[in-house]
Amino acid sequence: MSALAPVAGRAWVFGDQIDTDVLAPGAYMLEPIEVLASHCLEAIEPGFATSVQVGDVIVAGRSFGIGSSREQAVLALRHLGIRAIVAHSFARIFYRNSLALGLPVLICDDLEGVETGQPIRLDVAAASLDAGGRTRACEPLPDFLLDMLDAGGLIEQLSRQLAAERA
Amino acid sequence: MKPSGTAGAATLAQKIIARAAGRETVAVGEHVTCEVDLVLSHDSSGPRRYAQRLEALGVPVWDPDKVVLVTDHFVPATDARSANVLAMTRRWAKDNGVNNFYDMQGICHVVLPEKGHLRPGMLAVGGDSHSPTGGAYGAFMVGIGATDMTGVLATGRIWLRVPRTIRVEWTGALGPAMSAKDMILHLCAKLGMGNDYRVIEFAGETVTGLPMSERMVLTNMSAELGAKTGIIAADATTLADIRARGGDVADAVIDQYRSDDNAEFEAEHRFDAADLPPQVAAPHSPDNTRPVDEHLGVAVDQAYIGACTGAKHTDLQMAAAVLKGRKVRSGTRLMIAPASLEATRLAAADGTLEILTEAGAILLPTGCGACAGMGAGALAAGETCISSTSRNFRGRMGDPGSSVYLASPFTVAAAAVAGEIVDPREFVA
Repeated sequence: MSALAPVAGRAWVFGDQIDTDVLAPGAYMLEPIEVLASHCLEAIEPGFATSVQVGDVIVAGRSFGIGSSREQAVLALRHLGIRAIVAHSFARIFYRNSLALGLPVLICDDLEGVETGQPIRLDVAAASLDAGGRTRACEPLPDFLLDMLDAGGLIEQLSRQLAAERA
Repeated sequence: MKPSGTAGAATLAQKIIARAAGRETVAVGEHVTCEVDLVLSHDSSGPRRYAQRLEALGVPVWDPDKVVLVTDHFVPATDARSANVLAMTRRWAKDNGVNNFYDMQGICHVVLPEKGHLRPGMLAVGGDSHSPTGGAYGAFMVGIGATDMTGVLATGRIWLRVPRTIRVEWTGALGPAMSAKDMILHLCAKLGMGNDYRVIEFAGETVTGLPMSERMVLTNMSAELGAKTGIIAADATTLADIRARGGDVADAVIDQYRSDDNAEFEAEHRFDAADLPPQVAAPHSPDNTRPVDEHLGVAVDQAYIGACTGAKHTDLQMAAAVLKGRKVRSGTRLMIAPASLEATRLAAADGTLEILTEAGAILLPTGCGACAGMGAGALAAGETCISSTSRNFRGRMGDPGSSVYLASPFTVAAAAVAGEIVDPREFVA
């Protein structure tokens, strides 16, 4: 399924500056991804890893993913079934890692009134979010990043391009 | 998208991005694809993370001569696992024709300019969050993750969003026992750590009066400001440093790569270095910075001088200025991990090293070491360390119950002598 397929799940709402140590705790960095993911966000939201469902969406404040360049922060969320992250802003290395690994990230200034557990619908290509009873506009992604997400990530996009060049 | 600045006027970052994108101009907020001039990679985020993916893509490294690979995180090997990572890194460098391979020569951000790889106006990427360090040479250098790095190595290109620039101007002369570390810690407190996507351009007579090693402290810790990168326009000091290392660089880059006078900055901040007292960041964040007199008397178990930001030759000289003729206090340990072999060699040649060892300092291997939570110098629960490194997040240097204060090498050395945090200005003539 393309990362651009419509997203329908529940919202998980977090505040500002959720860092990479909270997303991918250093103590579990050498463990397999399923073990690392089971500790994702536990420092601030115990039970997140066990209650999150495939298709859920993270809604966050400023500088989401601040800290190190570790890609495991993205991989843990992806492993747990998170389909997209919508935030006021992202730490830039996390933002790039997320797109490169095929997890949609959208910047949105209009997130007030969205609460954890509410149903959420997201159209990544249209940059449109339905949550908290109304439709909200996100910053649209340029076409080449939509193409990257559609391919499943940067490596998959490059494979496509290389295959096309060789054909 | 609003156009940036007066028509035709551009910031230094915009000029470099436009040149690398093959464009006349670029506007803030637009996405562009740039040709990469230089890649910096290290043993931790390096071949062990991208070798297989490159193989799966079936493409060679696009231009091995533009890749610099450094071992600095897992050095020296402390167990079989780190030894295997290093062996794999060495093999990959050889197999892929990466001849700019510096094995255990020092920390990547310090080795890169020491070996003469940086030029003003370059667009460079590094597989490490402190990659903005290279901005001290007037290059636009950003950190990226391992998948992004795979893409760069395969294609030589990277997409970038054109950033806004915040200009920070410093005037006035730094006082005795003061350094660039005090300036950047002060900025962490004043500007905060949320400067996402922004470029911090450092300017003013204080900045241009600093040697390259001190300018690198400012751009290095742009990472702690949350910025995309930091940058300082090249001047005569920059070119002299490059030429002293045998590098070729034209005088013309000084005019070519600087922000236009009428370029639009998102914000312009001015600071006076003459008024600045020594700065200390309390646990557990660099933005938790206050003047040293608000931390006086905090007892320290360990004083640590290390890392890309705090253990270059000039940093060792600062420590020596305080330690000359003095001894580390009993009950406190002073550990020094020089940032590069060149730093050690120069410190040995000019007598700095002897002052440090006479004072009772413990010399550790060159590498990222305890700053990255690796190697020697880890902290126990309840212990307090004062450190010349760049980050004091909870647990970064050891047990989550330990505390780290960040300060200049002057202030760290003074604390080692006193056994507690003191004002280093009392220790220099």
